Amino acid sequence: MNKHFLKTLLLTATLIFTSLGVSFAEPKKGGTLIAAVGNSPRHLNPAVQSGIVTGFPGAQLFATPIRYDNNWEPQPYLAESWEISDGGKTVRLNLVKDAVFHDGVPIKSSDVKFSLETIKKNHPFKTMFAPVVSVETPDEHTAILKLSSPHPALMLAMSSQLMAIIPEHVYGDGQDPKTHPQNSENVVGSGPFKLVEFKSGEHIILERFDDFFIDGRPYLDKMVLKIIKDPATRTIGLENGEIDFYAFENVARNIVRLKKNDNLTVTPDGYAAIGPIDWLAFNTKTGKTADVNVRRAIAYAIDRNFILKAIMLGVADEARTGIHPGSPFYEPNVEPYNLDIDKANKILDDAGYKKGSDGMRFGLTVDFGWPGLKPNAEYTKAALKKIGIDVTVRASADFPTWAKTVSNHNFDLTWDTVFNWGDPVIGVHRTYQTSNIKKGVIWSNTQQYSNPKVDAIMEKAGVENDMDKRKALYSELQKMLANDLPVYWTNTLPYHTIYSKKVGNPPMGIWATSSPMDMTYIKD
Amino acid sequence: MLLVLLVVVVLNFLMLHLAPGDIADTIAQTMGGADEQDMAELRQQYGLDQPFFIQLFNYVVRVALLDFGHSHFYNLPVFDLIMERFPATLLLVFSAQILSLFVGILLGVYAAQNPNGLSSLFVNMFSLFGYAAPVFWTGILLLIAFSLHIPIFPVSGMRDITIETDNFLVHFFDVLRHLFLPMITLASIFFAYYSRLCRASMLEVLGADFVRTAKAKGLSKKDVLLKHALKNSLSPVITFAGLSFSAVVSGAILVETVYSWPGLGTLAFNSIISRDTPVLLGILIFSTLMVTVGNLLTDLTLKALDPRIKI
Repeated sequence: MNKHFLKTLLLTATLIFTSLGVSFAEPKKGGTLIAAVGNSPRHLNPAVQSGIVTGFPGAQLFATPIRYDNNWEPQPYLAESWEISDGGKTVRLNLVKDAVFHDGVPIKSSDVKFSLETIKKNHPFKTMFAPVVSVETPDEHTAILKLSSPHPALMLAMSSQLMAIIPEHVYGDGQDPKTHPQNSENVVGSGPFKLVEFKSGEHIILERFDDFFIDGRPYLDKMVLKIIKDPATRTIGLENGEIDFYAFENVARNIVRLKKNDNLTVTPDGYAAIGPIDWLAFNTKTGKTADVNVRRAIAYAIDRNFILKAIMLGVADEARTGIHPGSPFYEPNVEPYNLDIDKANKILDDAGYKKGSDGMRFGLTVDFGWPGLKPNAEYTKAALKKIGIDVTVRASADFPTWAKTVSNHNFDLTWDTVFNWGDPVIGVHRTYQTSNIKKGVIWSNTQQYSNPKVDAIMEKAGVENDMDKRKALYSELQKMLANDLPVYWTNTLPYHTIYSKKVGNPPMGIWATSSPMDMTYIKD
Repeated sequence: MLLVLLVVVVLNFLMLHLAPGDIADTIAQTMGGADEQDMAELRQQYGLDQPFFIQLFNYVVRVALLDFGHSHFYNLPVFDLIMERFPATLLLVFSAQILSLFVGILLGVYAAQNPNGLSSLFVNMFSLFGYAAPVFWTGILLLIAFSLHIPIFPVSGMRDITIETDNFLVHFFDVLRHLFLPMITLASIFFAYYSRLCRASMLEVLGADFVRTAKAKGLSKKDVLLKHALKNSLSPVITFAGLSFSAVVSGAILVETVYSWPGLGTLAFNSIISRDTPVLLGILIFSTLMVTVGNLLTDLTLKALDPRIKI
C-alpha cells in the first residue's frame, strides 16, 4: 500500500464517521443528561405542534421514518429502506419489523398512514405533505405514499420532528389530536426515550426505552430537561456544571462568555436545516418602501458587517439571501449590498426623493419581532439618518402585538427572524409566494411581494426531483429576490449548542435537538 | 369582598382584551407559523370570535360558578394549574415575608438603641441598598456569588429531580437549599422597609413616658426593650407588612423567573408572554384573594398586639 492510498483510506474513514456524527471514542451506556430548555412546550406531540421547543422532547419521544446525517443525506430510521418510483410520485417505505411503541404495541404501516393523515390535517406546515393523496398499506411493514406530483421536500418532511409516528390505537380514539390529553401525559411514542414526567414550566423527565428498535440504543439512561427561561441563570448553570447541555443559545454575549470556559464546548454546528435568518422586511405594497429604489438604498445604507461584528459580536454568519448558508441551495453570488452611502444617496436622489432643509427626505417606521432584534432596529435608525431617512423605532409590548401590526401590513420596515425548516418548500416559499399574501397571518408573505416570475420558479423548483436542476432554479430565485429586495437578509441567528466536555455525541446533524439523541452519551 | 372581586374580574378582563393580538398569534409563534384556517379555528376554539360583551358575560358567569376556564396554552384547567403552582409561591412569599420581618425588626431595634452611632449608619446603608437594588439584579448577583464562585446553592428550580430516595429529610433539606437564594432575594427589599420603619417607630416609643416609667421601675434594658418598647412599636411595621403583601406577591414574579421557581410568578410571566388570558385572569383573581386574606391576617395580628383595636 502506498502512502497516497493510506491517506485516502484514512480520510474516507474520517469522513464516514464524522458524517454520521459519531465520535471515535467508545460510547458509554448509562448516565443522566441534564439539559436546559428556554421555554416550556405547549405539549409534547410534534405531529400537531411545530417549533423547536416541542421538537427537542418530541424527537426523543417519537421516531420518524428517516433521519438525516450532517451532509444532508437521508438515513434509515423507522423505515429501514425506501424506494422512489413513478417519477417521484410513489414513495415506498419499508418499516423496521420489530419496532414497538412505548406501550409494547407493534408499530405498523397503518400507524404511518394514520400519522401522515393526522399531520396533513393538523400540522401548520401544510406544504410538507400537500401532494400526498393517499397512503397504501399492502402489509404491516410497508407504507406506499402516492403523490399527485413529484415532491422533493418529502424526504426532509419525513425526518426530524416533522413526521412523528404516533400510535393510531391512542390518538385514533376520536378526540381532537391537537388537544388530546396524551399529548402531555402518558405519552405513547415510538422514539428512543419515554416520558416519565412533564411539569409545564418546570421540567420534562425522559428515560431510556429498553425496547427501542435500534439495538443497544439509546446510550443514556435518562434525560432531564429543565425549563429555565432566564438566559443569565442558564449561563451560570452551564458554568457551574449544573447543566450539561443547552441548545439554541442565541444571546451573543453569553456565547462569547461561554466560549472562554474550558469545561464547555460551544459550537454553531447543527442548525442548517432549522435555518434561522435575521432580516429586515419591507412593506412592498404601500408607503415609500413600495418603491424598489428606496429598498435598495436602505440596503446599501445598512452595514451588514456592523451587525455581524458589533451587534452579533462575531458569532453569527453572513446571510445574503433567504436560504440559510448551510443549505445546499444557498446562492452566495447575489448582489451583496455592501455598505455604500454615496450610492444609497444617489439612488434616492435619482428616484426623486430630495432632501429637505433639515437634511431629511422622508420618515419611516421600523418594528422588531422580538427583544433580541431591538439593537438592529436602533442601528437602522442611525444608519438611515445618513441617507436622509428619519426612522422611528416602534417597540411592541410583546409578540402578539407585533404580529398583529405586521400581519395586518401596518408597517414600513420590520426586523424579524424566520426559519427555513429544512426544504425551501416548507420554510422559504411562504415568504415570497403571491398566493401566500394573507392578512392577519404572521410569517405569511407579509411584505405583500408579488412577482409572477418568482412564483413560477418556486412552483417549478417545488416539483423538480433532479438536485442539480433544483439548485439552479433556487439560484435563479435568490438572484431575482436580491434584485427585487422584498427583504434585506443580513445574518443567521447565531444559534449555538453548549455542552459539557463530559457529553459525547451531542446532536450535530442538520436538525440540532429536533433529532433523536440515541447516540448521545456521558463520558467517564 | 364579592363586589371587589367582581370589579377585579371585569377590569382585568377589559384591560387584557384591550391589548392587540391574542393567543392564536402566540400559538402561531410557537409553531413557526400558521395558516388562515388554523388561526380561524384557534379563535373559534377559544371563543375569541365572539363579541367582547358575550365573552365577558360568559367569563363572569363561569367564575361565579368557580370555573376559571381552560388554559389556551397548556390545555389544562386553570384552577388545576394555579393549585399546582400555589404551594411553591406560598412557601416563597411567606418565608421571605417572615424572614424580612424578623431581620428587619431585629435591625431596627438594634439601630434604635444608638440612633447616631455606627450601627444605625450600617442599618441605614443596608436599607438604602435594599431600596435601590432591583430584585432581579440582586438575584443574579447572588447566583453569581453563591452558585458560580462559591457553588453551594443550585441555580434553578425547587428541587433536585435526580434525587431518587423517599427519605423525607433529604427532600426537605433539598427544598430548603433551593429556597435559600430566592427567599433572600425577595426578602432583600423588605428588610429595608421594615428595618427603617421599626427603627423610626422604636425611637418614638423609646422616648415615651411609659418606657421612662419602666426604666425608673428598675427593669432590665432587655425587658424594657422587648416587653414594653418593641410590642408598642410593632403596629406600624405589621400594618405596613400587610399593605406590602401585594408588593411581595408581585416581587415573586421577578424572583421566580430568575430562579425558575415553579410558582404562580413564573406561570403569570408565561401567561403574559403567551397571552393565555384565562390563566392570567385566574392568577389575578387568586392574587386578589391572597392579598385580601393577607390584609385580614394583618388586622387579626394587630388586634392581638393591641386589644384596643376593633375589627
